[in-house]
Order: sequence, then C-alpha cells, then structure tokens
Amino acid sequence: MAKRVAMTGNTAAYTGASLCRPDLIAAYPITPQSSVVEGLAQMVYDGKLDSNFVQVESEHSAMSVVQGAAAAGGRVFTATSAQGLALMYEPYFRMSTLRIPMVMAIATREMTSPETIWSGQQDAMSVREAGWIQMYCESNQEILDMMIQGYMIAEDPRVQLPVNICYDGFYSSHLIEGLEIPAQEDVDAFLPPHSGYTYLDPGHPQALDPLTPGELMLQYRKEHLDAMARALTVIDEVDARFASSFGRSYGGLIEEYEMEDADVVIITIGGMSGTGKDAVDAAREQGIKAGLIKLRFVRPFPAQRLAVALAGKKAFAVVDRSVSFGWSRGPMYMETKAAVADADERYASFSAIGGLGGADLSFDHMLGVIRKLDEIKNEPGEREPLWLMQN
Amino acid sequence: MKEIRLHGRGGQGVVKASHIVVKAAVRKDGYGQFIPFFGVERKGSPVFGFLRLSDAPIRRKTQVYAPDILVIFDDTLVKLPATYAGLKEGGTVIINSTKTAEELDIPAQAGEIAIVDATGISESLFGKNMPNTSMLGALAKVTDMVDKDALFDEIAEAFGESNRTAAQKAYDTVAITGK
Repeated sequence: MAKRVAMTGNTAAYTGASLCRPDLIAAYPITPQSSVVEGLAQMVYDGKLDSNFVQVESEHSAMSVVQGAAAAGGRVFTATSAQGLALMYEPYFRMSTLRIPMVMAIATREMTSPETIWSGQQDAMSVREAGWIQMYCESNQEILDMMIQGYMIAEDPRVQLPVNICYDGFYSSHLIEGLEIPAQEDVDAFLPPHSGYTYLDPGHPQALDPLTPGELMLQYRKEHLDAMARALTVIDEVDARFASSFGRSYGGLIEEYEMEDADVVIITIGGMSGTGKDAVDAAREQGIKAGLIKLRFVRPFPAQRLAVALAGKKAFAVVDRSVSFGWSRGPMYMETKAAVADADERYASFSAIGGLGGADLSFDHMLGVIRKLDEIKNEPGEREPLWLMQN
Repeated sequence: MKEIRLHGRGGQGVVKASHIVVKAAVRKDGYGQFIPFFGVERKGSPVFGFLRLSDAPIRRKTQVYAPDILVIFDDTLVKLPATYAGLKEGGTVIINSTKTAEELDIPAQAGEIAIVDATGISESLFGKNMPNTSMLGALAKVTDMVDKDALFDEIAEAFGESNRTAAQKAYDTVAITGK
C-alpha cells in the first residue's frame, strides 16, 4: 500500500532512489544535498536498504566509483550540488559519453562567487552540455517519482544515458510537505531490475574507452545526439506508463497549465512553477488570459513541444534562476527563443531572471511577469531582461 | 490557506517544531508546508521559517511576507524590524514572554495576542530553554488549522511524553487577548 507522509525534498530524493534498489551508492556530502546521501547511508547501515555504500573523499571520486560500478552492470546513485558538481565535471562528462545509465540528484545551488551556499540553478544549467538528460522538479512528490522514472528513462535501450533529477536547494531540498510513498512491490513491478550492458566483466576482459580517432568520435557523438532525440519520445512514454501504474502524470517533457485559451505565457523551471500557477490563477481573476508552461526537461530540450504549446499565443517570458553570461539573459529564455524561431507568430517576449543565491521568487514576482506580458502582448519583439529583485 | 512566520534563535527548535506541525496536518489528511530560512548557522543567531496550512494543496514555494500568524520564540526579537513586518490586519501574534502586550510593542494591526511563558514551562520541565513544544501548545490553542490531538501525538513521538506535557501546559496557560 502506498503511504502518505510528510517529508523534505532531500528525504523524497533518497526515498525514491532507495525504492529503485541501487546496487551501489558513492557520495560526498555538500550543502544543500547532504541529507540525501546521509539518509541513504543510514538506510544501508540500518539494514533497510541492501546496497553498497562507498564513502569517498571527493565528488570526483564519487562519480568515478559509480562509473566503475555501473560499467560492471550495476544500478548506481549519487547526489551533489554546486561546487561538488563542478569538482566532478571530468568523470561527469565521461559518464554520459560512455553511454552509461544512472540517476544523480542535484539539489541545485548558486555557483560561487560571491560566496554562497543557497539556492539557484546555475550549477546544473552550467553543465547542460555534458550529455546528460536533465530534468527539474516542482514538488517533493515529483522528486520521489522522478527518481523512479529517471532509471526507467536512463536504462531504456533506446536511450542508455545518465539522468539528473534536479530540484531547488532549500526551497525544495529543505521544504517539508506531504506526499505518497509508493509501495516497494509496485515500484518493483514498474521498474525491472537493471539489465544493461556490462562493460567491465572479468569473464570477458576488454579495454574500456581506448583512444579513439576523430572519424569514430564523430560517429559516437552522432549516436549520442540520436539517443537524446529518442529520449524525447521515451520521456513522454515513461510519464504515461507511470501514470497508469501510480495515477500521477506530470506531462512528460513539459507541463501545460491553463494554456488552452491563454494569450500570455509564463515559462517556469522547478519549484517556482507552483508559485507561477498561483499567479496565473490570480491574473485570470483580473481578466488576463495567462497560461504557464513548466519546462520539466532541459536536456533533451523539448523544442517541438514548446513550439506547439506556444502556437497562437501572443507573448511569453521565461523565468530563469540562472544566467547565460554570453547572452546577458537567462539560458532557458534563449533556448525557448530558438525553439520558436521558425514559428509563424512573432512573439512579444522577455527574459526574467531571479532567485539567485537563495533570493526568493515571490508570488508578486510571478504576477509581475504576467502583468508585464499582458502590457506588451500586442507589440511583437523582445524587451529588456526583467530582473526580479526585491519583493 | 493560513500563512505563519516563525521567529526564533538558532538552537530553539524552530525547524523541528514546524516539521511537527506539517506532519500533524498530513496525518489528518490536510496540507502543510514549511520552508526554513537558513542564514549563517550559529547558535543564538536569529532564525525564521515559513509555515503554511491549508485544506487544499499548497503550490507556492516562497517566503511569507504577510503572515496571518506570527510565532515568536524569543521576545528579544521584537526589536528587529523583520519580526513584526507585514503582519496582516487582524493577524495573530503568539509570543514567548512574561511581558505585557504594551511592553512587547505589538503592532496596532494585530488582532489576537497570545502570550505564553514557554521558556518558564521548558525550564521547569527540562531544566533548559527549549520552548518549541510549548509554543506548539499555544499555537494549537489559537488556531483550528491544526488538530490538537494529532499535533500532540506528533510532539510525543518526536520528543517524548514530557514534551506533550509542556505543550499541554502552554495550551492551558497561554493568555489570549484581543480580537
């Protein structure tokens, strides 16, 4: 029987991961992720989870250890944040380019400097070109559920790629709310045991990742990109399968809220989405035809579904909790613009940036974005970025 | 939805108390949410957190700017502008103090004022200032957003029966004025 309890985002993350029966977990603590791996260590110590827990001396080692275990055919898990993610970048990139499936939680955190330990999505956004699938959660239920979906997506033979399940540091990782824990037998029925490739097998010795000439490299990269493109389909399929098993659907690549008759659209990423939905409801009470798209997956980028969802709309803004230094705008705003570049519509649009370094993304911020969209909706073209400063 | 902001000092158990409230709400098939605000973590430094209770799912994940209820664990915090900031017209103030409402500079827009000697209760029962479970007893008295029995059961499960006693003592002795 599923059980309804209150838990934090980090507890939801490790509870979800444990339900997937990982063979090995290697981790190094870092704020705000620490309680994820502390929770798993406790479960293994208490005999509640049959897994190998390897305590390592750095995130670089954490990713290297899970890489070896996954190459030997194991289902593996780790979690990190910010500077820890930066430190593991070298084996992180190799994990995806070796095409080894796994799930890693990222409790997203601002990147230093200025020195900070608080929320922001700059860490995960900065590594979105490292070949991993990346998704962002809104609620603690979604965090737990996406751990389970994450392994199914990662291990699908059409995909064979590692998956990041990202959620906001503190605003989700330390937020407590009620959720339903699926029964272990239901998760077992949904997610079969890992039966992926075993690259490291003493019975069949082979070199893993030998020096590779460019012509083969091109072929590898093209296959990786093809797998990413196939993941677009697999992600939506897995969402539908999850819904039929557990009764919860998240919309797959994107979630659409009040979009049917919307003129103006606010696009959100992660925990801010719930605040955005409240703002959409308030805007509609004021006569503004507002809708919301929750960008759930960032890699692969759901360009086609975004273009379809935005077809016929007048204006959009993307609220980024990170920046693109090169574009002087939010990164997901730029990618959304690219996704609608061939659309028939000429949109009014702007990039909204807020919530950096633990700053709040308030209801008033979200409603302000929607109101500004309503003001500009009849004159196409891009406006100056909107910085969501003090509430 | 009721929005509650809690103010305390590091080590007074603001986060643990808030977790208990959310667990009690969920236990009674209601909805609760708490977001702690982490500053520089030091024992004694001002801490605060944002608690929401509702009979419908809570979607927003933001700080609380206009609280329906303020729960203040330490009456020296009323000197800080952030403590009373934004209290709703007719909002409730629950405060751990032996002072009077006038001495506490409670803002004019406050409706109900609930003063409880949570430190005294805690010191008499535990020999130290751990006011959090007593503050929950006072909270149970002034709001029907949380089921008293479920809340007290959660308190006893988390901290033992003596803390249920503390909560009950606060429930019985909290002085409520106004409204």
